[in-house]
Amino acid sequence: MRATAIAGEALAAMGANRLRTFLTMLGMIIGVGAVILMLAIGQGAQAMVEDSIASMGANLFIVLSGSSTSGGQRMGFGSAPTLTLNDAQAMAELPEIQAVAPVTSNAAPLVYAGNNWSTQVNGTTPAYLEVRDWAVSGGAPFSAADVRSGARVLLLGQTVVNNLFGDEDPVGKTVRVKNSPFLVVGVLAAKGQSLDGRDQDDTVLVPVSTASRQLFGNQFPGMVRFIMVRAKSAEVMARAAVKLNDLLRQRHRIRDGQDDDFSVRDLTALAETAAGATRVMSMMLGAIASVSLVVGGIGIMNIMLVSVTERTREIGIRMAIGARRRDILLQFLLEAVLISLVGSLIGAAIGVAGAWAVARFAEMPVVVTLWSALLAFGVAAGVGIFFGYYPALKAADLRPIEALRFQ
Amino acid sequence: MTTLLIHAEQLGKTYRSGPGQELAALRGISFTVARSEFVAVMGPSGSGKSTLMNILGCLDVPSSGRYSLEGRDIGRMTGDQLAHLRNRYIGFVFQGFNLLPRMDLRDNVALPLLYAGIGRRERRRRAMAMLERVGLAGHAAHLPSQISGGQQQRVAIARALVTEPSLILADEPTGNLDTHTSGEIMGLLTGLNADQGITVVLVTHEPDIAHYARRLLRIVDGLIGFDGSVSEYFGEGATA
Repeated sequence: MRATAIAGEALAAMGANRLRTFLTMLGMIIGVGAVILMLAIGQGAQAMVEDSIASMGANLFIVLSGSSTSGGQRMGFGSAPTLTLNDAQAMAELPEIQAVAPVTSNAAPLVYAGNNWSTQVNGTTPAYLEVRDWAVSGGAPFSAADVRSGARVLLLGQTVVNNLFGDEDPVGKTVRVKNSPFLVVGVLAAKGQSLDGRDQDDTVLVPVSTASRQLFGNQFPGMVRFIMVRAKSAEVMARAAVKLNDLLRQRHRIRDGQDDDFSVRDLTALAETAAGATRVMSMMLGAIASVSLVVGGIGIMNIMLVSVTERTREIGIRMAIGARRRDILLQFLLEAVLISLVGSLIGAAIGVAGAWAVARFAEMPVVVTLWSALLAFGVAAGVGIFFGYYPALKAADLRPIEALRFQ
Repeated sequence: MTTLLIHAEQLGKTYRSGPGQELAALRGISFTVARSEFVAVMGPSGSGKSTLMNILGCLDVPSSGRYSLEGRDIGRMTGDQLAHLRNRYIGFVFQGFNLLPRMDLRDNVALPLLYAGIGRRERRRRAMAMLERVGLAGHAAHLPSQISGGQQQRVAIARALVTEPSLILADEPTGNLDTHTSGEIMGLLTGLNADQGITVVLVTHEPDIAHYARRLLRIVDGLIGFDGSVSEYFGEGATA
């Protein structure tokens, strides 16, 4: 009863000086709005990176062939044909390895009915789907038998389906690749963007034998551009990397002291690094924005101290007619807490609206989570109590006779 | 319940005016005030009468001696207990009115009831009744700055009365008012004393005002210089 009446007194004091109350609130509005917006942007980036990582597949290595030298210029990894299908088979026998997919790829035009579309055609084995954690959304993957026989079958990525078939079901249809007819046996499930922003669904999978013998006419039979390797678990990644390296050095007869003619890269580690970087960025954004919350809190303390001094006589009168110490304390504390709570509510609304605007107009991914709103809200309430307590204590500790004498 | 409202025994109050230096404002004052008395307190400035009023009003505690109000010894009371006494048993009327400037008259009058823990509706009802009694019900929604000084003092009296106190402490209540308005205010206080038996203790400089009281207490240098009837005091021809 008394507490609600005192809350009414606090509200009345806030209403009596609206401009000042609003300006004091502005600190909290900006602080909370900034925290929510910054966290939304940070978490949006984080979510995007995590999606990409999930779509890449887990515990992944990519083994690239070595560099070739042409006219004194070293051409970079993947330019010399050093990796073979046999290398891939040997890797698959390592105990740490779950699946291995050799890949030879090239761009090629596809034609269906009146439509054509050029895309990356990857020659590989059925293991590719297991390595990349990639499901087939329609039809079925090609088989090991298709690879052995060099069958003209293919799997289409979602983007290719959209461009060639529109709404038509492609399974069972015939597509011409470089003018050779291929049977569509399946459609790959959509995966979205990769970490570096490429469209992973803009792809076609064909048996590796078909690709090298019939499509691209490889001058080195049995050679592949790269091999994708999936380890059995995250724990064996380091050991698997060493074993892959040793195996390939031995198979390629590289003597001690000679450079590798291949490169084994841990894609998962690279992705984790990227994810870690966005996490740090997200936290940095939040931390920088929280500084404005503290500044807002100091603003509240400042105004409350001025207010207590200005209202010393009022406090004296209230004490004379029966206000207890805790009544005065409560009134001024409530005033500070209400300012910060109302300010943080408005700030939260502005932060969410701002996040929406960023998503809409800047087309950046944003994620507003409940916990970021609760965090900002909790911090604001805490700031109100923390920075409101000292001025309230100052008011409550006034001696009635001195406060009454104050002019 | 005793008929003694105020019982002061050897009241002393010393202030520390500097390191090792003490200033005695009251040096042993003893008197009693019975229920329904009307007492004027006079004395030159610096005599200690303000200090005495602060102690009587439970705004301050004595350094030595005993003061009991309504039979309660306030010497060992906490700040909150003193606040409770002020709220329930004492109504203050100040020279400067001391209304809260941003609050309308009704809320000003109702404020002591808020600290008594009384509900909003009842607070407003009783505040309106009090404003009615001082003839200002028609101004309930006005701010203090919108009415005259005499009216403000009547509102202050309404606020002092709203908790139905047993003691009204009026500190120079007419000090800021003209003679005519002073008469009105004193008439109001006298009426409360005569009709409802509320005890009034009044501090004043003016002999005219002191004449509204029956008993006079003169404080000189922290001691009681005179304690007797007003007519006796002025009848002797002494100056105030």
